[in-house]
Amino acid sequence: MPLLEVNNLEVCFGLRSGAVKALRDVSFTLQRGERLGVVGESGAGKSVLGFSIINLLSRPGHISSGSVHFEGKDLASLAPEELRSIRGNRISMIFQDPMMTLNPVLTIGVQMVECLLAHRRISKADAKRIALKKLQQVQIPSPEKRLDQYPHELSGGMRQRIVIAIGLLLDPDIIIADEPTTALDVTIQAEIMDLMLNLCEQNNVALILITHDLGVVSQVTQRMLVMYAGRIIEQGPTKEIINDAQHPYTQGLMNALPQMALPGQKLNQIKGTMPPLQRIPKGCSFNPRCEYVMDICKQTLPSFTQSGNCQVACHMVAEPMQDKMLIKEV
Amino acid sequence: MAEQANSLVQIRDLYKRFSISGDLLDQLQFKGGKLTRHREYVHAINGVSLDVMQGEALCVVGESGCGKSTVARTVMGLLSPTAGQIAYRGERIDNLSDKQMLPYRKKMQMIFQNPYASLNPRMTIVETLQEPIKFHNPSMTRGEIQDKIAEVMLSVGVDPSWGERYSHEFSGGQRQRISIARALAVNPEFIVADEPISALDVSIQAQVLNLMMDAQEQRNLTYLFITHDLSVVEHFGTRVAVMYLGSLCELASTKQLFSNPRHPYTQALMSAIPRLEDDRPDYIKLTGEVPTPVNLPSGCVFHGRCPHANERCKQEIPVLTALDDGTQVACHGVEEDRL
Repeated sequence: MPLLEVNNLEVCFGLRSGAVKALRDVSFTLQRGERLGVVGESGAGKSVLGFSIINLLSRPGHISSGSVHFEGKDLASLAPEELRSIRGNRISMIFQDPMMTLNPVLTIGVQMVECLLAHRRISKADAKRIALKKLQQVQIPSPEKRLDQYPHELSGGMRQRIVIAIGLLLDPDIIIADEPTTALDVTIQAEIMDLMLNLCEQNNVALILITHDLGVVSQVTQRMLVMYAGRIIEQGPTKEIINDAQHPYTQGLMNALPQMALPGQKLNQIKGTMPPLQRIPKGCSFNPRCEYVMDICKQTLPSFTQSGNCQVACHMVAEPMQDKMLIKEV
Repeated sequence: MAEQANSLVQIRDLYKRFSISGDLLDQLQFKGGKLTRHREYVHAINGVSLDVMQGEALCVVGESGCGKSTVARTVMGLLSPTAGQIAYRGERIDNLSDKQMLPYRKKMQMIFQNPYASLNPRMTIVETLQEPIKFHNPSMTRGEIQDKIAEVMLSVGVDPSWGERYSHEFSGGQRQRISIARALAVNPEFIVADEPISALDVSIQAQVLNLMMDAQEQRNLTYLFITHDLSVVEHFGTRVAVMYLGSLCELASTKQLFSNPRHPYTQALMSAIPRLEDDRPDYIKLTGEVPTPVNLPSGCVFHGRCPHANERCKQEIPVLTALDDGTQVACHGVEEDRL
């Protein structure tokens, strides 16, 4: 049985102009210890997905249908008290901006101890000992000193290490990391990603890594989901998708990377932009930007087709047209 | 000032520091019964010399806080240098009055990082675009201005019929196109772009980069391109300047730098780029944190994190030296031939 099973999840935001569906029909599973990447552009719904797994959505957002099964419990319909015993405890979340995540007026030690005492019946001294151990795990120099420091006294990379340490405090089963390194410099990003990878492997923690950076996903995760306009359009083993993406959008995303073009040459761009959620086109939501668009794409929503070990929601993959598949090689 | 052939902008021995100790009253401190004045500075740029050649795209890369944006702003005259000189076509421009600076402003334009903050939300696109044209060309007739606006809007791929809309009605990528259009509106020769694509999605980044390369070709532009993203540099840059903590570590042609990086910091930076690869490759691990530019380390600014640092690196500041292949590196290790 998978550790986490998301079925047909739909998330709605009730706005004055009408309900907007930020997630539609999202289904995937996560095994114990597995590292899953979620990629897509801004507005694709990747962060909403992260939030809705532990039902952190606040009004006007809510889960309108579907389920999130974790150890036999449906998190989407769990009572708030029960949910609280899972959030932060069994499933923890790491956010993008470590300055916004940490409370600026409390010392690191207070914030870590507070988190432990909220979930466990232990003494303050014990809680402090655990906090210290976790700070050592994330390789923070002189951890004893850090417990008495405030977030503003630390650099961005150091703060993100603290956030990771807090995420690991209660030995969770799943960590959801929402763009954990986007606010950091490349050399620090490499260090933090390496650290997260090692910690997840050592403690057999499952990781859901939400990011727009295909490079990071390709190096850290085992499986990945590609999202577009609130839907999953392709999912499968990361290796297979990176080496041989099937969906035109995934192909486009990868070809748009500067490393995919010769220096000085034009980059391969995807024309247009992602539609706003209020105005998602009929049929396949990618059809106005797709270079292989067919009549059926404008009419019917594609369902998932199995292709190798990947699942792809694209009519072209469902009914391969040979000449068009050849173009892809270019 | 010595002028190199083809050099459009010359930066000579530039220093910029910012006071962070507030006003006079904040600076006064009681120490041992005496009132003393205590001042602290952020040393943002420490002796940078660079030439931007006519027609090239010179990329300045480095991590946050290395002073790359300060270089951009100082070159544009938005900040005045603490010491050093900046010249445009051999004419010194860093000490000019606002009025004397005017003709240069028309030739030098800037594109900013965040298109959500750099466009006035109360102006329509036409108003945004006509402001610089009117200001720099007071003799232009209304018809000419309109033609010019339509021309630049078309050249950046924004439909001229959208001119009456406000910037909030556009997406990030479209806004950045409009910022580029505003820079192009006065027919500049030289454009300073400060992280122009960092706030955009991958597919939109490609659109904006292509646009900037087209504009360079059609209008014979020279770019000073500030970025932290090395994969963009590899694609876009003619030459690359790598900065660390306010100093230049390495200056080389893009090809040279990517095939044979010499400075240990450049090597670490390059190995940290996340590329599309199956497995996590080995990268050069840097230890420690970037020191603050308030208390600069002695000697080479990188010695605290450098795996190859020795005693000399801790004492003596390395100078930028040209190697046989044209690369310029500021590193004792390279100079001593041990790297």
